[in-house]
Amino acid sequence: MFAARIELRIGSLDIDVAVDAADGETVALLGPNGAGKTTILRAIAGLLAIERGRIEVDGLVLDDPAAGVFVPTADRPIGLVFQDYLLFPRMSALDNVAFGLRARGMDKPAARAAAAGWLERFGLTGHAASRPRALSGGQSQRVALARALATSPRLLLLDEPLAALDAGTRVQVRTSLRRYLATFGGARILVTHDPVDAMVLADRVIVVEDGRVIQAGTVTDVARHPRSRYVADLVGVNLLHGTRAEPYLVRLASGAELVVADPLPGDEVVVAVRPQAVAVYRDRPDGSPRNVWPATVADVEVDRDRVRVQLEGPVPVVAEVTPGALAELELAPGTRVWAAVKAVELSVYTQ
Amino acid sequence: MTRAADRAKARPPWALIPLAVLAAAFLVVPFLALLQRTPWTGLGDLIGRPVVVDALRLSLLSSLAATGAALVLGIPLAWLLARQRFPGRSVVRAMVLLPMVLPPVVGGAALLFAFGRRGLLGEPVYDQTGLLLPFSTAGVIVANTFVAMPFLIITVEAGLRSMDRRYEDAAATLGASAWTVFRRITVPMVAPSIVAGAVLCWARALGEFGATVTFAGNLQGRTQTMPLAVFLALESGDRQAAIALSLLLIVVSLAVMVPMRDRWLGV
Repeated sequence: MFAARIELRIGSLDIDVAVDAADGETVALLGPNGAGKTTILRAIAGLLAIERGRIEVDGLVLDDPAAGVFVPTADRPIGLVFQDYLLFPRMSALDNVAFGLRARGMDKPAARAAAAGWLERFGLTGHAASRPRALSGGQSQRVALARALATSPRLLLLDEPLAALDAGTRVQVRTSLRRYLATFGGARILVTHDPVDAMVLADRVIVVEDGRVIQAGTVTDVARHPRSRYVADLVGVNLLHGTRAEPYLVRLASGAELVVADPLPGDEVVVAVRPQAVAVYRDRPDGSPRNVWPATVADVEVDRDRVRVQLEGPVPVVAEVTPGALAELELAPGTRVWAAVKAVELSVYTQ
Repeated sequence: MTRAADRAKARPPWALIPLAVLAAAFLVVPFLALLQRTPWTGLGDLIGRPVVVDALRLSLLSSLAATGAALVLGIPLAWLLARQRFPGRSVVRAMVLLPMVLPPVVGGAALLFAFGRRGLLGEPVYDQTGLLLPFSTAGVIVANTFVAMPFLIITVEAGLRSMDRRYEDAAATLGASAWTVFRRITVPMVAPSIVAGAVLCWARALGEFGATVTFAGNLQGRTQTMPLAVFLALESGDRQAAIALSLLLIVVSLAVMVPMRDRWLGV
């Protein structure tokens, strides 16, 4: 069980966040570069002291400026996997894993035997004698994970564990990382800027921007109800800010109006539209869609079997269509089209 | 492969070539002149003379001892300057580098005022123990260390500043004490800087003249190192001995510098 409230200033960044994780739970700190995620991890690990707040693992207070408590990094029951793994370059994989046990006073043969066990568990037996530079990205990550877990921490911190990998191996390593994380019974905090990492690896997401938590919840909750432009961009959902015109009618800043299926929860609302829910037509459609508006294609972005079409007009949204539809509709920047969304596809919530 | 690489190689800026050749010639010609004057036939006898053997032994002993002392004392100071903030740090750094800039004779005089028979520290030490540094082999080592240690300090300090300190953080998260981090992570990671600094320090100590002659004098077998012996031989008109001593110094220096240059000095 891990709980922390962290307040500190570093340079121009002002951090004030609450983070917690239960045993066996993986919590992702998700946010853009410079949001303060790594600083938060460093504070938890004791590499930085907090100015106000409290950091606690399993009831053990690690940092509490008000009470004058600060446990040095070396004495914290915390394992940290660094962004580029930071395996000690002049030691073999085995000695890297044995390092923590040696540092804690275990004799060399015992530490090496225990480290060999860890390497075996992580499928690295054949690489025990390898120097870090001879290891692939995925292997380095597993050595770093084994090294962090070998000292039996009660909290595991992972700083962008997949950022150092190329796109090709990332998918595979992500899946195996999930499996290895499951073998660790303590709380885990994962820092990432990639929502896919968060979705695959974490049970819960804490979205951090500019040193503040802007949203927290389960992965599905956050994806379904993004509360800021940034979160929506991350998880790919359109967010439209508007005000209540009528109980089922939202007026956007442009003056355009959208009909929704549920009564509006407040006066200032955010309408979330999944890009897949936006239909694109060459001619004005008739029939059931309640929300139809003219738009101009601003940009077309092809990503394998998906095409994201950015639409300008009274309702600026991104629509997702198939490559077939792209060809059939002859969409290109400047094309004038009609967009439509069913009222039931709009989720509305207050800010 | 090689041919393709050669074809893509940038053309040298031609204006640099004559200047580069001139620089190389300027540095090499004096040694060629020395070789040209060398009495090759009697060289064996010259090198075997007690004054030469004594000077060589003393030079190797004192330069290596000075390098050892510089490693033991200089690495901790380099670490302090690189890693700890304390009031007056920049003043300390400037003072530490002073022996590199000052004429060595001034350093030797300063050493006399500190450790001489009537020196600030030398006098009480002499009164208590009867130990005297000036005009002793230990004095040579002290003079060499004083002049050469700054080379080691600045090299190691630069290495410490440029190393990725997150490796030290990683070691700390694994439970390593500050001492373990220093010993098992920091030192191995700055090893190239330590070796480069030690070589520079040793080279400076081997060539040391001014501080040594001022502080330790010029006594054969006790304080007369190679550079002092060369100077004395020239002064007393014994050119052949001076040439033999110089050749020996060149051979010893090249034997150390050539293998080190590519591997450790990063050039």
